[in-house]
Amino acid sequence: MASIGKLNRHQEKMAYVFIAPTLLLFAVFTIIPVVMALYLSFTNYDVLSRMDWVALDNYQRLFNDSLYWTTFKNVIFYSVIFVPLNILLSLGMAMLMNFKRFGIRMFRTLNYMPTLTSAVAAATVWIWLLHPEFGLVNEILGWFGITGPAWLAQTETAMPSIIMVTLWQSIGSNMVIYIAGLQGVPDYLYESAKLDGASAFARFRYITWPQLRPTTFLISTMAIIGALQLFDQAFVLTQGGPGNVTKTPVYLIYQQGFKQLQMGYASAQAFILAIAILIFSLINMRINKAEEPVV
Amino acid sequence: MDTHITRTRNSANPPNPALGKLAAGLLFYTAAALIAIAMFLPFFWSLSTSFKPSDEIFSVPLRWLPSQFTLEHYIDAFTTVSFGLYFKNSLFLAVAGVLANLFFGSLAGYAFAKLTFRGNQPIFRTLLAAMMIPGIVTMIPSFYVLRHFPLLGGNDLFGSGGMGLLNSFWGIILPGAAGTFAVFFMRQFFLTLPSDMMEVGRIEGCGEFRIFWNIYLPLTKPALATLSIFTFQAGWNSFLWPMIVLNDPNKATIQMGLQAFTYNNQTDYGPMMAGALIAILPILILFLLLQKYFVQGIAFSGIKG
Repeated sequence: MASIGKLNRHQEKMAYVFIAPTLLLFAVFTIIPVVMALYLSFTNYDVLSRMDWVALDNYQRLFNDSLYWTTFKNVIFYSVIFVPLNILLSLGMAMLMNFKRFGIRMFRTLNYMPTLTSAVAAATVWIWLLHPEFGLVNEILGWFGITGPAWLAQTETAMPSIIMVTLWQSIGSNMVIYIAGLQGVPDYLYESAKLDGASAFARFRYITWPQLRPTTFLISTMAIIGALQLFDQAFVLTQGGPGNVTKTPVYLIYQQGFKQLQMGYASAQAFILAIAILIFSLINMRINKAEEPVV
Repeated sequence: MDTHITRTRNSANPPNPALGKLAAGLLFYTAAALIAIAMFLPFFWSLSTSFKPSDEIFSVPLRWLPSQFTLEHYIDAFTTVSFGLYFKNSLFLAVAGVLANLFFGSLAGYAFAKLTFRGNQPIFRTLLAAMMIPGIVTMIPSFYVLRHFPLLGGNDLFGSGGMGLLNSFWGIILPGAAGTFAVFFMRQFFLTLPSDMMEVGRIEGCGEFRIFWNIYLPLTKPALATLSIFTFQAGWNSFLWPMIVLNDPNKATIQMGLQAFTYNNQTDYGPMMAGALIAILPILILFLLLQKYFVQGIAFSGIKG
């Protein structure tokens, strides 16, 4: 008995040795920063001079900072369009790519390729595609007699352009997740529905969609968290312009914190953004809970 | 032919099932081809632009293919900007990230999956919960931690005096060296392996580390391959954090180099496309070689939810 206890104790000790590096890094680069995030937002930390406690000054300033709320409005506009479209398109594509047909693997590969690109490289390529005079997009629109706009330079089309580029880049991997989800839906559900004479739409509405609820929840949660933190594409495609219509909170936090070195104030901005992300994730959870599966 | 198919599709009860099948096939291939073209066109167009002589880039009407292939834009990209250096920096950072995550991730993942200890469940749950914290929350404090890292980069014991780990590759590698995703991913894989090999190892007198390293780790090769790809892709494509940490132009990554280049050369589309393609190429090659592992990895990240 004593030796078993000793063995277990040895095992336990080794287990802690095994997880020690991970825990150490986790403490230094996750736990300490999370605790500090709130603290810094109550200080005037600016890297160079002494850090002082300023209580709620940063938050007061924030509530009167119209640029901050503009960036908030921008990113919410972006998310409200991007997230549902992302789900719709990747699910549609997954259902199409779920057919067992000749050449399906090639189609899947082509659809997945954009997700391999980095945000910067993708944005660089799209700057050229969206060129008002020599860009491919406006050339193709021209075939149909449409004169395309100066996508990235006009206030009405700048944000839709970013939506388009980020959709192009992200629906491929969500498609693969949805295909895995679709393959997990048991066949007998469809077979019995067919016997009962359910239409294709009814089968989608009452079998596919409810069965994919966990997948949709996962994809929408990740999409919301990512969308509200939009930065790379807005930074490279439009530099936040024209007239701040594509400036996002993360962009502003980057400028305020790392260019103007007002890190205390930028921390307050980051904290409010994190709360917004939490609220939107909770709303999303509610919506997904409301859609109870029928089977 | 065309009208025939449309008629068949529109009627509620196709008189000829073979025709209905043909129509469905036609519909499928039209839709699939249109989508695939839309997804692939940006690659094709940037590739074509990057090989065109400068005067053909702005030709009206547009040319789909270059009349003659030229490598001048690639040479430009490497000579006007230090793309070679950036490429090397990115490769170093991405590979270091992969190695660190493979080692620490599998070590911790093995402990959580196979070893019994009191803190197992609560610690693992804490790690998982922390995955939900948005990156923006930890961005500024992590910068603070790096700058005031004790005893490194000219800092004293209390973390002041120098620049800490800022402007060094450690500032990129360390925060991501033992990603929670790596731990979680490896744990799930170790859970599928039987525990009796562990007992045999112990009876034979193997140490715990040797059991992990010599018996279990070799069995996880497919999981390690998938994890490598994902970590490499994340490291290679990351942009904002390296831009914050690295100020020295000689330490810039390929994404930073490409961005600066794009920003300064909004009219030089040939070298711009060449640069973008160089930045995409390593991941693309990795993907084409290891496609199987890519798909497994994403499907897994979908199942975890």
